[in-house]
Amino acid sequence: MKTSAVRPPRWAARYGPPVLAFAAVLTGWEAYVRAMNVPAYILPSPSLVLETLFTDRATLFPALLVTLKTTFDALAAAIIGGVGLAILFTQWKWVERSFLPFAIVLQVTPIVAIAPLLLIYLEAPVAMLVCAFLVAFFPILSNTALGLASADPNLVDLFKLYRATRWQTLLHLRLASALPYFLGGLRIGGGLALIGAIVAELAAGNAGKGAGLAFRISEAGYRLNIPRMFAALALISLTGIAIFAALSALSSYLLGRWHDSAAGLER
Amino acid sequence: MPPMTRPLVSFQNAGKIYNNGTVALAGFDLDVRGSEFLTLLGPSGCGKSTILRLIAGLDNVSSGTLARGFALDHASIGFVFQDPTLMPWASVFDNVFLPLRLRGFARNKASPAVDDALALVGLASSGRAFPRELSGGMRMRASIARALVLRPLVLLMDEPFAALDEITRFKLNDDLLALQGELGTTIVFVTHSVFESVYLSTRIAVMAARGRAVAEIAIDAPSPRGMDFRTSSVYAHYCAQVSRALQRAMDGDLT
Repeated sequence: MKTSAVRPPRWAARYGPPVLAFAAVLTGWEAYVRAMNVPAYILPSPSLVLETLFTDRATLFPALLVTLKTTFDALAAAIIGGVGLAILFTQWKWVERSFLPFAIVLQVTPIVAIAPLLLIYLEAPVAMLVCAFLVAFFPILSNTALGLASADPNLVDLFKLYRATRWQTLLHLRLASALPYFLGGLRIGGGLALIGAIVAELAAGNAGKGAGLAFRISEAGYRLNIPRMFAALALISLTGIAIFAALSALSSYLLGRWHDSAAGLER
Repeated sequence: MPPMTRPLVSFQNAGKIYNNGTVALAGFDLDVRGSEFLTLLGPSGCGKSTILRLIAGLDNVSSGTLARGFALDHASIGFVFQDPTLMPWASVFDNVFLPLRLRGFARNKASPAVDDALALVGLASSGRAFPRELSGGMRMRASIARALVLRPLVLLMDEPFAALDEITRFKLNDDLLALQGELGTTIVFVTHSVFESVYLSTRIAVMAARGRAVAEIAIDAPSPRGMDFRTSSVYAHYCAQVSRALQRAMDGDLT
């Protein structure tokens, strides 16, 4: 007897399970709150959080833009600084020996401990930018440096054989070899930049026009406006997911035809 | 008697000790003559790959001399590694274009030479493919095309077909011999295979540990070679002779 298995479309197989799992959690949460009559100041239902997102949009979305600006400015600075320093590390070992300890010190010191100090020395917006930069910088630096040093030794020999200059080797071999590593670091750094921005905003406690999402969470907490806290948290989570998804898409686009990691993403 | 021509490469009492103290070569003597197909055959660790690296200028001898009958520049040596060693992020065309790009050639100016090299190895229609889209044999062809694109004087090949299946290996053996016949390139080839060495070579240097030469065997067989040669008694005789020499190399018997 012949049997033909009906396979779901590729997009359904890829996105179906996480979407269904997410929907199941939200439904369970909503049902629990309604069934148990849980007050909104204890645990708001997902529908109330959604409603608050809409009704408080005039407060929340400008705050989101402030947080996003800090996040992306810090990420851009981390890319420039991390890649630049990684290149210097691989070109001159003494630079690595001299500056890597500083990078490690900044990485292992908790950002919540550094933030108050930065807020004393710097203007609040600059201090927040520096906090977000510090946490995003190290994964980009370390991954890119690893990638630059991981070029295929046979290809390195081949470049030597053809009398390639140091810059030709960097441009045509090492930077391309480092791309998958850099993109891995960027995905981590993107999420960390957002976390750094939030932590810095909490430490700064800036009110007014320049207030970010973290301040709105603190403010809502003081006022026991729990639905707004959840709404702000949801915005932060969605932003983090969007950053990760965008960087994953970029990675897939840049590596799709040649690197196993991107081929794995497509499976 | 034909006049003696100066060898292309000459090792005289050459030694190579790596920084970690490993003695790769000691008292090694070998001449590589123009247009020959010389195979270095021997057990692992006998210094075959070191010899190729020394010829290519990727390493220097620690003692003795290594003389080359040519100036070591961009175009004098082609190198094919055991792995195809292609840049996975670049198309086959761009991989073959690499030696020309490093010499400062513009892409459009180099295009005819790249196309010629691809055609030589039977990859004329695969220039736009990426290495991961090719079979193992096609990747190795691309690697050979890259090594030949500058028409080098000497082609160094370090166990290039070791990872390939027998059928692909036979085909590439034939194609390599045809290429050498067409271009006249001197080839120094490293392999562990007695059968491959006899089929391809005009001369085989059988080596023992630290590059000690156990035997040099000239393969006096006509070209082009094909299935007739592979199945002939002459081929079987040479294989037996080389196998015995290899056994002596493995036993450490230098007599």
